[in-house]
Amino acid sequence: MAEKFDLNEREVWDGNYAASQALRQADVDVVAAYPITPSTPIVENYGSYVANGYIDGEFIMVESEHAAMSGCIGASAAGGRVATATSSQGFALMAEVLYQASGMRLPIVLNVVNRALASPLNVSGDHSDMYLGRDSGWIQMDAFNAQEAYDLTLCAFKIGENHSVRLPVMVHQDGFTTSHTAQNTYPLTDEAAAKFVGKIVPVDDMLDFSRPVTYGAQTESDWHFEHKIKQHKAIMDSRPVIDEVYAEFEKLTGREYKRVESYNMEDADVAIVALGTTVETARIAAEELKSEGIKAGIVAIRCFRPFPFDQVREALKNVKCVSVLDRSSPAGAMGAFFNEVSAALYTTASRPLVTNFIYGLGGRDFSIEEAKRIFKEQQAHADAGHITTDIQQFSGLRGPYLGFFQTKRG
Amino acid sequence: MTEIRWHSRAGQGAVSGAKGLGDVVATTGKEVQAFALYGSAKRGAALRAYNRIDDKPILNHAKFMNPDYVLVIDPALAFTDNITVNEDEKTKYIITTHLSKEELIAGIPELEGKEERVYILDCVQISLDTIGRSMPNAPMLGALVKISGMFELDYFLENMKRVLSKFPQKIIDANMDAINRAYNEVK
Repeated sequence: MAEKFDLNEREVWDGNYAASQALRQADVDVVAAYPITPSTPIVENYGSYVANGYIDGEFIMVESEHAAMSGCIGASAAGGRVATATSSQGFALMAEVLYQASGMRLPIVLNVVNRALASPLNVSGDHSDMYLGRDSGWIQMDAFNAQEAYDLTLCAFKIGENHSVRLPVMVHQDGFTTSHTAQNTYPLTDEAAAKFVGKIVPVDDMLDFSRPVTYGAQTESDWHFEHKIKQHKAIMDSRPVIDEVYAEFEKLTGREYKRVESYNMEDADVAIVALGTTVETARIAAEELKSEGIKAGIVAIRCFRPFPFDQVREALKNVKCVSVLDRSSPAGAMGAFFNEVSAALYTTASRPLVTNFIYGLGGRDFSIEEAKRIFKEQQAHADAGHITTDIQQFSGLRGPYLGFFQTKRG
Repeated sequence: MTEIRWHSRAGQGAVSGAKGLGDVVATTGKEVQAFALYGSAKRGAALRAYNRIDDKPILNHAKFMNPDYVLVIDPALAFTDNITVNEDEKTKYIITTHLSKEELIAGIPELEGKEERVYILDCVQISLDTIGRSMPNAPMLGALVKISGMFELDYFLENMKRVLSKFPQKIIDANMDAINRAYNEVK
């Protein structure tokens, strides 16, 4: 029986601590981890909860992130509740095994504290690692602050372990801006959290010796396609389950989550579409622009995978101009996020103007003033009836102006 | 919204100070934010830590701020770090130094004409006398409580005790002494 951990109704936690408390409350059986900045404290704290008797679990130290996810796969296939955390290069090294986990339909929870990918080496936050995971077959949810990192980690177990889902789930938070920023956080009691998450009911667990099963079998051209599309369909079909879990969480806490979050969008003419902490900073800008007569709103993607194609269309169909903010180097293309949002908007009747900003790489600051400047630029496009700048630009980049591609389409 | 910027060296406790302050402020029902900008985080490297305090949830995640208070807990950083960056006409400075205010300002041209908004005390000496080693974060909190008028001293001390509760009683008492002395000595 685990020791009682003293919690206050209101804590001042950073995102890492918040996520680690969610792992403790979810009664995670196994964490196999190879710690990396800035996600280190998540698994380090779990290790200390185990060592100090606050959780009946197992912390497995391994020699790399590749081994960490491999250990998670073994423990999850055995039937345990399993989680770990990583960032950046650690995530990259895990990449091969991420596909194994999702292909084997193992409901592992991975806290990804987003950080830039080298080279050059950089420990600060951007979304390069998050983007790297986007085709890996995992559900990806994004927290914009420490409270959400806690809340979504609890939700992640309930979503992934649902028998109609059976998929691994990533919970993302911004490196340092969330992971190392302490803010007011309101945890559930251990009892309420445990009741919400529930006990894991494994499917095809390998420790059930009365019913032997095989994981990670080989399929060639005869069956591979069917397996992968079954997996794709499972991710698509997880949407209503995610909605149900969010609804149940709201009933319990009053904190509402949606796969697509909208702020000030009721009568917005211009919008920013973003991920992470930037969403909250931009909300202040939108609020402040009201007095200048600019109707600005924010559409934020809570659930990056499954990508909420239909809800993005719905959220943005009435605006005149949208700017999609990509926090990852597109390396020779338009931003990947821009491409996905644009694809959704292309199927709407209104087809708003869409521009792309690359910003915040390697932890570059994003201020309220900069969000305002971007909103005002979108307003200028809307007034002119076409995009008056290059379609792809850079926010907060030093040096001479840089931009790519133009259009006069109205 | 109250915004605070700490100038410190890694190891002097600015990050703990900012988080401790956040912890205490949150008990009053306010919303807080505490974070730091690390370079390559080697002991002794200059770093900046930040607090935001507001009545409503804090959505601003930018590092940029026009601080209401600048707290300098390393005496040399007052001269070598750009402590007045992004100030406004109301920014107050609390600087740890063994110099007089006149001597200090004579060495920092950016502070000239801002004498009314500059406060000094010797956090290093206070912590040496009370805690037994150079740990200037706790005294700086005492000075901030005095200059900002944010809390009654007793209320702050009570809550700080709770924040420090994982430490031995001797250390808690020493920190209380340090905060008390700083509260009375800042000028």
